Amino acid sequence: MKTLRILTIVFGCLATGLVLADSPAVIQLLNEYALKGANHPDAEKGKLLWFEKFEGDDRFPERSCASCHTRDLSKAGSHVKTRKSIEPMAPSINPERLSSAREIEKWFKRNCKWTLGRECTASEKANLLEFIKQQ
Amino acid sequence: MKHLLSVASMIFILGIVAAPVVWSDDDEYRVKYGRYSTGVEPVSNPTYKKECGDCHMAYSPGLLPAKSWSKIMSGLEDHFGDNAELDTATNKAILEYLVSNSADKSDYRRSRRFASSVDSGDVPVRITETAYFKHEHDEIPARMVKGNKEVNSFSNCNACHRKAEQSSFRERDIFIPGYGKWDD
Repeated sequence: MKTLRILTIVFGCLATGLVLADSPAVIQLLNEYALKGANHPDAEKGKLLWFEKFEGDDRFPERSCASCHTRDLSKAGSHVKTRKSIEPMAPSINPERLSSAREIEKWFKRNCKWTLGRECTASEKANLLEFIKQQ
Repeated sequence: MKHLLSVASMIFILGIVAAPVVWSDDDEYRVKYGRYSTGVEPVSNPTYKKECGDCHMAYSPGLLPAKSWSKIMSGLEDHFGDNAELDTATNKAILEYLVSNSADKSDYRRSRRFASSVDSGDVPVRITETAYFKHEHDEIPARMVKGNKEVNSFSNCNACHRKAEQSSFRERDIFIPGYGKWDD
């Protein structure tokens, strides 16, 4: 009986762990962002930023994350210019997403510069990561 | 009957022997450049394929001369309006691959043509700017490319050149969406 209880507790912990587990890449980056003052990643703020529209230039006057990635992260997007297909962003659909810290940082840099016209701050990146990882 | 059979087999054997000669217009290039090829060298570098091919077709390095690749790779912050920045080490590795396989260093037939069509003072950053590209596409009306939703731009080689990603641009592999095979 005691064994059963212990087993239940162990499996319970494991199951919770599985649901809540962030990829090592996400843990690493959230830690780095926290060191830069982004201590409270907020998925809601990340979501707002995802849909926020920024002013571009004549070629692409209105820019947002959704311009290429669409408004539904579980769907494939496409590059606004080349129209090449972009795999879904949601890790639940596409497990490769958020699996490499290097890739995440590379795309944050490129895409923040294109979309917002500047690099994202640590807290903006933490919020976006928090939002995307739940998709 | 026996005579007829031997004539038939002669024709058959001759056909097999002669076919490659008749079908191939590349012999002069084989002699000139020492390698038999009809197109450009296929893309072989996995880093290049990944880093550049995420956003667009990974164009064969043999489509532009080395000086063009150097210029492109030094301005990735504004890459035709998009930001395509790479870290220094990756940029260097890709540039080395592009330069050492560029049109002017390749002995593939079409690469030779791309290379020789670029004036010594010019540094084109678009494949579509080269004289050889323009010459090859001058009969294609805009409605088939720009005005064609499935093509959109001459930059989308593989929209019509169905084997572009294998670096083959033969006429028999051309299929223009909404229009069909191209024959000039």
